[in-house]
Order: sequence, then structure tokens, then C-alpha cells
Amino acid sequence: MVFASVVSCQKNSRPNYQFMPNMYEPVSYEAYQESDAFPGGVEAQLPAEGSIPRGDHMPFEIENTNAGYELAKATLQSPLDSTQIDSPRGGQLYDIYCGICHGRNGKGQGTLVKREKILGVPSYDDAGRAITAGSIYHTIYYGKNAMGSYANQLNEEERWQVVDYVLKLKADLEK
Amino acid sequence: MIQVIYRQLASKIPYLGLVILLTFTTSLTAQEGDPAKGKTLYNTNCAACHQLDRKMTGPALRNVEARLAEEQGLDREWLNKWIRNSAGLIKSGDAYANQIYNEYNQVAMTAFPQLSDQDISDILAYTAEPKAEPAPTPGPDTGGTGGQVEGGISNKLILGALAILFALLAIALVLVRQTLNRFAEEKGVEIAAQDKGLPIWKAFVKNQFLVLVSVIFLMLASAYFVYGYLSQIGVDQGYEPVQPIHYSHRIHAGENGIDCKYCHSSARVSKHSGIPSLNICMNCHKSIYQVAEETQQMGIDEYGVDYNAEIQKLYKAVGWDEDEQQYTGETQPVKWVRIHNLPDFAYFNHSQHVSVAGVQCQTCHGPVEEMEVMYQHAPLTMGWCINCHRETNVKVEDNAYYTKIHEQLSKKYGVDKLTAAQMGGLECGKCHY
Repeated sequence: MVFASVVSCQKNSRPNYQFMPNMYEPVSYEAYQESDAFPGGVEAQLPAEGSIPRGDHMPFEIENTNAGYELAKATLQSPLDSTQIDSPRGGQLYDIYCGICHGRNGKGQGTLVKREKILGVPSYDDAGRAITAGSIYHTIYYGKNAMGSYANQLNEEERWQVVDYVLKLKADLEK
Repeated sequence: MIQVIYRQLASKIPYLGLVILLTFTTSLTAQEGDPAKGKTLYNTNCAACHQLDRKMTGPALRNVEARLAEEQGLDREWLNKWIRNSAGLIKSGDAYANQIYNEYNQVAMTAFPQLSDQDISDILAYTAEPKAEPAPTPGPDTGGTGGQVEGGISNKLILGALAILFALLAIALVLVRQTLNRFAEEKGVEIAAQDKGLPIWKAFVKNQFLVLVSVIFLMLASAYFVYGYLSQIGVDQGYEPVQPIHYSHRIHAGENGIDCKYCHSSARVSKHSGIPSLNICMNCHKSIYQVAEETQQMGIDEYGVDYNAEIQKLYKAVGWDEDEQQYTGETQPVKWVRIHNLPDFAYFNHSQHVSVAGVQCQTCHGPVEEMEVMYQHAPLTMGWCINCHRETNVKVEDNAYYTKIHEQLSKKYGVDKLTAAQMGGLECGKCHY
């Protein structure tokens, strides 16, 4: 009876109660925790201006402007050599982050485009754009027009893997 | 004299007709574009930056040709040049080209040299189509809801009728009994009085064996319930809080098939599967400012949610000015309610499970792609963790990291495939330290 009444009182919109939760709750700050110690009251903060992540990540110097785009398009080259290129992994990342709009084969016919949620996604072999490794990287890093930046979803090495995979798709489309 | 005037007029009529005919035919050839073809071309080439009735990356394009001709005196020739090579037109010093370029923050329009004159006519014909009137509220829909209400009423009616029927039956039985008793009285029939034995509880107390058995049974039953009650303390299975923005996993992950890791990208590389920051929402919702009409209707009918209002909540939180198509910089954090939460003394790492083991998100989080409101699918208890570690084989194919240890351990255990438990997945220190 007690059990039944307790169960019937339990509401799914609030968490269950805990027994002596001293060891349940963290002493340190948890991710996304609310706290007065930080500006805005949230633990999640942007890294300080100009900070560089550990590892051999280099800051991306080219600016988010038309001139920067042209500069990247003309000069920027992939730092990965042929042994470092991991096409299956690049393909997996591409399918997760790009394929939903650009399509698995890069023709611009991803699921969201077919369902007419997002329109006007160009094919990678579009002559007017004539994308290069540098322009692809610049676009992933900063976004372009309606496309957003993917700099926070992919790290530097992953971005270059995806660039390589996109170039491969482009070559396949141009065949 | 009068006759002469008439003659002159009459001689002019064919000319006039010719002029009218010519203007008509020229205007016909100018608008000869096929709007249906134009729509396809527009959707593939233009829609990334232009919408028909709304400013986006570029200006709205409804009736662009007519508007340009009226307001700026620019003809098709100018449009052709602009579409094929806008940068060239800007460089050539064209006044309006420069004006529009600066007005839109100097975002260069992609050149479309591949579009033929016919293609451009098609596209312009599509943009010249009048705006489609919003469809009147569909009749069958209201009919449908009416039918449902009727169904409810008829169910209630049937239940009510049944209740009345049973009541009548009961009354009838009572009446029959009364009349029978009256008959018996009149005929002088004695109804045999029942033999009054011991009350049942006294009989029960006298039977000591029965008492013992039932006490044991009661104790076992209560122990069972108390145990069940105690072991669900702190377990939040089924926890389904109301979130500040109603986010439907059913629509995003289910219908649109967006990969979990698109938004929860840190699940691949970090301990946490992060809550996506709002810029990730804006990757798509910059363009998707309202949901499809049928989706909106379904949201209101089935879930009582106005999806479009939820998108507006997102815009408010991220500080997106829809009319100007730019960020205002006034943001406010969204206070999402955390659902899955392990106690602090248990260590769990998402990347270990997602990237190394290749476990599907749904294994622990359940059918998220069907959840309109997110809830906790698994109990997240230690027994649940351990059970999975005992049953799951470690994925060692194509993983050089595991080759050596797998060889050694599979020899030791004499098995072909190791489970996570045999690889040390049950050691206390793996999760508690």
C-alpha cells in the first residue's frame, strides 16, 4: 500500500528524491553549472581572447572577410600529408556534419534539402564557386552566407580531414 | 472634310493594331520563362541567400525585375550582368550595384556564369509569380476533431446506458426478492434460519497454523515492497522535466534524420556529451524561421506546442534580429534542465563509449528519435552498467590499440571474443576513484 501510494505520488516532471546525497553532489564545478563566480552566472565560459588549445593547433590567421576568403582560396594548403589523411574518418565526420545538407555525395541534395527545409545548397562542382582546399577550410571555419561556422564542432585536424574528403567528392562529381 | 478625317483615322487603325500587337508580343517574349523550371533553378542556385518575401543574406526577390525597372530604371540586361558576374559590375562602377553591395554589408554574390538567358528568364518568371495565399484552414481537419469529440461522447453514452441498465437490473432483483418474501409470508412458509457458527475471525485465531503462515506471508510481502521502495530511491528513470524551450527530438533526429553527434559533438571527444550552444541551432534556424504548416498544426493538436513560438524563443535567447538578419549581441543563457545525471562518485566518459566502443546513443538513451519530450530511458544504476559490460563484446576489429591485449586475454579466458567485463570493465577503480 505504502509502495503503491509512493509510486502514484511520483511525478515524472521532477527528479526522484535522494538518500543522503552528500557524495552525489560534486564539490567542484560541474559543466554548465549555475554559479555566481562567473560572469553571466554560468560555469560554461568562452576561452580567454587569444588562447590557444594544447597540442599543435595553430591559430587561424586569415580573417572572416571577402578578402580573407579569396586569400585562403588562393594560398591556403592542407597541412596533412598523404599518410595523415584518414579518409574513412573524414567521411564519417562529413556524414555527420555536412551530409545532412550537402548530401552524401556532395551534390547539395541532403535530407534537409530534399525535405525543403533548407534550400539552395550548391553542388561542390559548381563552376561559379570553384572551391579549393583553402576556400573549403575558410568556409568550415567561419561559415558562409546561410551556412554557419563549424569551428566548434570540428577541431583543426578534423576540419582538414573533412576538407580532404570534400575535395574527393568534388573530384568524383567532376568525373 | 469630315470624310477625310475619317479616312485618315481608318488608315491609322491597322498601324495602331500593329503597335499594340508588337508591344504584346515583345512583352510575351520577355516573360516567356517557365516558372516551374525557374523554381527548381531558384531553389538550387538562389535560395541559399534569397527568399521571395523576406530579407535573408541577400534581398527579397519577389517581383525583382518589375521593381528594379520601376524604381531604378534597370532592365533585364543589367540583371543578366549582375547575376553572371556581380563583382565585375561592382568594379565597373555601376551606381546601383555598389549601393546594393554596401547595403548588404559587402557580401559578394556568387557569380553564376553557367546560367543561360533562358535560365534567368525562368527564374525571373518564378519570382514574378504572385504570392500564394495562405491556404484556408482545411475542412477535413475540423471534421476530424469533430469526429473525435463525437467518439468521446458516444463512448460516454454507452457507459452511461450500461450503468443505467445495471442499476435497473439491481432494482429489479431487489423487487423480486421482496415479492417472493411476501409470497412466503402469506403462504406461511418458514424460511430456515441460518445456522450461526463461529464468526470467521474467531475461527481464524483458533487455527494457529493459519496465523503463522499468514504472518510469514505478510512479512515477506512487506519486505518485498520495502526493498522495492528503497531500491528506487535516487533512480530517475522516466524523469521528464519541462524544458525552457520545447525542443522536439522527434522532429530533429527522427523526421529530419540529423545525427545525434551533429549537435552533441563533444560526445565524440570528451567526457561530457555537451548541450549544444545556440550557434549550432542557428546553423539551420537562420534559414528555418518557421516550421511547415502541417507540423505546426500537428504540434498544436497533439502536443499543445506552438513550434513557431519556440523558434522565436531561440531567436530571443541568441539575440537574432529577424528583420535585419543579424545578431544584436543581447543574449541570455537558456536554463536547460539536466536529465541524465550520475552521482559524483561514479566516473563516466562519453567519448570512451561513443568513439572507442562505438556504442549507439540509443543503447543507453532509448528511442530519442521518437521522443517529443526528452526523458531518461535507462535507470543509470550500477547494476545496469555492469550488466551491459558483462554482455557486450569489445569491438576489436580495425583497432590496433586492442590487438595485443586481446590476444593475451582471450588466451587467458579461452574465448574468441572478450566482453567489456573481461577487459577489466568490472574493476571498481575504473569508475570509482
